[in-house]
Amino acid sequence: MCGFGAMYLGLIVAMVVADYQYANWSDLRELLSEPSVRFSIWLSLITCTISAILSMWVAIPTGYVLARVGRDSITRRFANRGLARRCFHALRYAIDTLLDIPIVLPPLVVGISLLVLFQTPVGRSIDTAVGDFFAMIGFPGIRGITYEIPAIILAQFTVAAAFAIRTMRDTFEQISPRPEQIATTLGASHYQAFANVALPQSKIGCVAAFTLAWARSLGEFGPILIFAGTTQMKTEVLSTTVYLNFQLGNLQGAVAASLVLLTLAIVVLLVTRFITLIGDAQRGVIA
Amino acid sequence: MIELDNLCIVQGNFSLTNINVSIPQGAYAILTGQTGSGKTSLIETVCGLRRSTSGRVLIDGNDVTRLAPSQRQIGYVPQDSVLFPTMKVERQIGFGLEIRNAKPAEREKRIREVAEMLQLTSLLKRHPGGLSGGETQRVALARAISFRPRLLCLDEPLSSLDEPARESMIKLLGSVHKTQQTTILHITHSSTECQQLGTVELRLAEGKIAPINTQG
Repeated sequence: MCGFGAMYLGLIVAMVVADYQYANWSDLRELLSEPSVRFSIWLSLITCTISAILSMWVAIPTGYVLARVGRDSITRRFANRGLARRCFHALRYAIDTLLDIPIVLPPLVVGISLLVLFQTPVGRSIDTAVGDFFAMIGFPGIRGITYEIPAIILAQFTVAAAFAIRTMRDTFEQISPRPEQIATTLGASHYQAFANVALPQSKIGCVAAFTLAWARSLGEFGPILIFAGTTQMKTEVLSTTVYLNFQLGNLQGAVAASLVLLTLAIVVLLVTRFITLIGDAQRGVIA
Repeated sequence: MIELDNLCIVQGNFSLTNINVSIPQGAYAILTGQTGSGKTSLIETVCGLRRSTSGRVLIDGNDVTRLAPSQRQIGYVPQDSVLFPTMKVERQIGFGLEIRNAKPAEREKRIREVAEMLQLTSLLKRHPGGLSGGETQRVALARAISFRPRLLCLDEPLSSLDEPARESMIKLLGSVHKTQQTTILHITHSSTECQQLGTVELRLAEGKIAPINTQG
């Protein structure tokens, strides 16, 4: 069994080493000197950060509610009311399953679904309203959502938020609700108990969820290709730069762009691991 | 005055039925009963952490049965103390006042006062992780009394302490009761705590509560 694990580990290391060995550093310099590539790097960094922030905005409250309204708490709360208990269990199960859909859907299907959604009358009116909003705040170049920068963010957010919610739910499930209950006896509302007691305890989980959302957004390709397109200097992000170079037969360029992605991903992973280590050390003292 | 009027708590197969009890203002009530008799369920219902099936909880004549725990003005020290893991002792003690938007100077004064009373002054800048069992219990008690609650509920607060720490805490609880003049409801299995602290003794058995002794 250890042998299979070692083989998989070897595969990962070999892939990374092969990328770095295959890449020609002059190709990388040439690639980075192109304005369109520099634009795609900046666009990737900005959109990933916005998507990760939006994901956390959704993931923290959703993860908290899912963790606190768990199977045990429903059973306890409706111990004497069988029908209500079954209804709440079914509702919770349905919500949990729905939130997992972006994780299990093929990425291209996410892109197509978003594209179709914004072809509906409601979607079109939102598209127009977003275009008007950007014109009003001084960005007339962004004419809506579809095939514009907001499409990149929405495509990244749709998938990244699902992963962030999972992470935050697991984080809050590991935090005992007892301190929050005690906080309410001291006069705190449920929100105050959450903000002052539960949220500070979830700091490490928040960092993990944010980096996971950021990394997922960085690697997102299928939904962006379909929903935002690959227009140079407009909606081209790093993952699409790899694709475009590969399509044009420029394997060196594709590998060079991949190296930029790979380096960013490794940096993010190392930062996450480092923060988790600090958190473990702190828990050893605090807990 | 704390009154439980026909209070019923049903949870699955477990039930407490028609609990009627009256604890006079300023009394130190000791509640005893076998393990699993429902003492913690009862005290948590009084605090608002559990819902009663029927009946009423009255504090100074006001029906608080449907009020949230935050609106009941009851200080609670659970059996496992449950300190807030990320807060320093100082903030834990002042939490009830912070939530009530007390002025910083007033909050600071009360924190110092309570810390001095419970011998916690040297621990104010510490996190709960490094505290001993006795220190943890004292912080939990300080946190519960700092906002001057109408009723203080203590769920076996001395059960995890060694003998010297327990004796010291009994003295502190006696002193808190005397200086704060708060009505206290204290769950315990210990006859020593009963004798040294209690002015009213209650026993919970077979889902019913009965007064054993009232000293006034």
